[in-house]
Amino acid sequence: MKGNEAFAEAAIRAGADGYFGYPITPQSEVMEYLMAEKPHERTGMIVLQAESEIAAINMVYGGAACGKRVLTSSSSPGVSLKQEGISYIAGAELPCVILNVARGGPGLGTIQPAQSDYFQSTKGGGHGDYKMLVLAPSSVQEMADFAGLGFELAFKYRNPVLILSDGAIGQMMEKVELDEQRPRFTDEEIKNNTPWATTGKTKDRERNIITSLDLDSYKQELHNLDLQAKYREMEKNETRYEAISCDDAEYLIVAYGTSARLSQKAVDLLRAEGIKVGLLRPITLFPFPTAVIAKLADQVKGILTVEMSAGQMIEDVRLAVGCRVKVEHFGRMGGIIPSPTEIVDAMHKKIIGG
Amino acid sequence: MAKVKGDIVIDIEKCKGCEVCIPACPNDVIALSKNVNGKGYNYAETINDECIGCANCAIVCPDGVITVYRKRME
Amino acid sequence: MAEITKEELRQPENLIYKKTDLLTDKALSYCPGCGHGTAHRIVMEVLDEMGIQDQTIGIAPVGCSVLAYEFMNIDMQQAAHGRAPAVATAVKRLYPEKFVFTYQGDGDLAAIGTAETIHACNRGENIVIIFINNGIYGMTGGQMAPTTLPGMKSSTSPYGRDVATMGNPLKITELIAQLPGTIYVTRQAVHTPANVRKTKKAVRKAFENQKLNKGLSFVEIVSNCNSGWKMTPRQSNEWMVDNMFPFYPLGDIKVND
Ligand SMILES: Cc1ncc(C[n+]2csc(CCOP(=O)(O)OP(=O)(O)O)c2C)c(N)n1
Ligand code: SF4
Ligand code: SF4
Ligand code: SF4
Ligand SMILES: [Mg+2]
Repeated sequence: MKGNEAFAEAAIRAGADGYFGYPITPQSEVMEYLMAEKPHERTGMIVLQAESEIAAINMVYGGAACGKRVLTSSSSPGVSLKQEGISYIAGAELPCVILNVARGGPGLGTIQPAQSDYFQSTKGGGHGDYKMLVLAPSSVQEMADFAGLGFELAFKYRNPVLILSDGAIGQMMEKVELDEQRPRFTDEEIKNNTPWATTGKTKDRERNIITSLDLDSYKQELHNLDLQAKYREMEKNETRYEAISCDDAEYLIVAYGTSARLSQKAVDLLRAEGIKVGLLRPITLFPFPTAVIAKLADQVKGILTVEMSAGQMIEDVRLAVGCRVKVEHFGRMGGIIPSPTEIVDAMHKKIIGG
Repeated sequence: MAKVKGDIVIDIEKCKGCEVCIPACPNDVIALSKNVNGKGYNYAETINDECIGCANCAIVCPDGVITVYRKRME
Repeated sequence: MAEITKEELRQPENLIYKKTDLLTDKALSYCPGCGHGTAHRIVMEVLDEMGIQDQTIGIAPVGCSVLAYEFMNIDMQQAAHGRAPAVATAVKRLYPEKFVFTYQGDGDLAAIGTAETIHACNRGENIVIIFINNGIYGMTGGQMAPTTLPGMKSSTSPYGRDVATMGNPLKITELIAQLPGTIYVTRQAVHTPANVRKTKKAVRKAFENQKLNKGLSFVEIVSNCNSGWKMTPRQSNEWMVDNMFPFYPLGDIKVND
């Protein structure tokens, strides 16, 4: 299955109630797959092609505010359009899953894969102090797994979860194991598990209001403090990463998503040369695996970050490392995927020999 | 002859003195007071006993501060 | 004829009209005389009379009525500026058996939210849209709106709207009536008792349409913005009759039964 299709199928099986999207390469297969599958007949899930990404994300807002499992997907330019809506969703503390199958920018850029939306994904993107929980799949299997995990985390924290993928993983074909079909939430479950949801004010409760507005600055600050406390809680509980060959590593590569796959090959090549290199693959980009990178910084002589961008995640790696060891970036841009040998060369030039 | 007798109660603290109710009344029952309420608005008040309880004033009042009573008198 | 004291008259059995319980006790944040308050009350009275408070989800806009959820005693969501029809679309699709409406100003609905409005109408979403057209951006201090009349002054058209450079006012309601997805499109007002009664009938019809899954009902209410227009409330209602109504004539535009 293609990464995009695996994600779509997994979303149905995760018990999603609604998908709202707008076509853009390289993620259109998500909605195409969903439309072809007729999930309405399978589970009652609705799929709607919106008039724009703006409409789609605001449909997600409306659905999430009803306590439903809703999601959208897009690629970089479309995700830029969604930013206002995402900010509202974060401000109103609504759970949802957003998939970005990223492509190269800026502007219309290219339809080829890139990782240049890291800042947008992890540092805000829209206005205000908010965070999304960001999952970065590096395989088709993870594209599928993160649909369900995304909903779980979104509801656990009442927070938008972004799955930051890229065109390579979205289009890649791999074998994938899918979860069994989970039932959609019943009305009873919505009432009990998401008592804040707008479902119609019954006599036995006060009305439910979903808003991000509070004109009283003191209350707005308190709300912001609550949000920040929630983000700290995510940092404590949800940091995920994969450490490959790190135990004896003298050098380290930090890379996520497609770059991590290629870096893993580079690690093999470097180890064949007798150089002990490890790979740290952040799975959550927020929360970022700062602690483990800080620890590895005491062990290794240098760190190379590999990103399909001008170097964005490197800022978080440097923050984790401080000035203890050298941290350099290697990357390609504009939709070009770096080759493992290029990564090996960069390791030699920038870290080992540099 | 059966006559209809009406009366209105104005929540003067919530009245904003907009006067929209005044032209709506067929019997010129309402006028603005010279006094102001807690918010500083000259509030609406009844100035005669001609009310027939038609509710015109109440349904145009943007702030919904008028309650209307009516009774058929034999 | 027997006389009657006020005490005797003010008894529950003689009660003819009181504010519906579907409005909260919170004092409205609107300027004195603003039509928003009357429009809120009409919508809530209709929901009350239909007995559907527990099945209704309202969507508030960005505009003066952003705080509608403070006053309407129902479950509500506050949407981003212009996006209420998209929000409502999802709510209705996910809860087809519930009643869903948006409440939007002219800047919200006919400028920044034009796409969402037209497409929700064109898809024939089974919702109600209440559209308050006061010809101005009230909340932000009286700037020109898509609906501002030719020659009309606003803070961003201080010499009057010059259609040559600022464009023509948009009759979005007439535009929407062209779309096959809309079932009922009407333009009303709330400045006199007779108009209030007509508007209430229209709003009732709109929600009855939704009950019967007929399609999208669109109720425009031409309203005043005395603050933005820089007039007293009574002057603004007179000005509205003389200037707004000729350009935005009242009455049903489309009725498909
Ligand atoms: C994206 C965005 N742009 C601009 C604004 C500022 N804004 C708030 S309300 C408003 C205009 C509202 O006018 P209208 O919809 O006519 O409502 P009214 O206040 O007149 O009832 C604007 C421009 C905003 N909140 N969000
Ligand atoms: S319409 Fe209502 S708020 Fe305005 S003056 Fe009359 S009673 Fe007061
Ligand atoms: S109920 Fe009718 S008659 Fe009585 S004050 Fe109001 S408008 Fe006038
Ligand atoms: S600014 Fe205009 S629209 Fe807003 S509350 Fe005041 S009168 Fe009403
Ligand atoms: Mg307006």
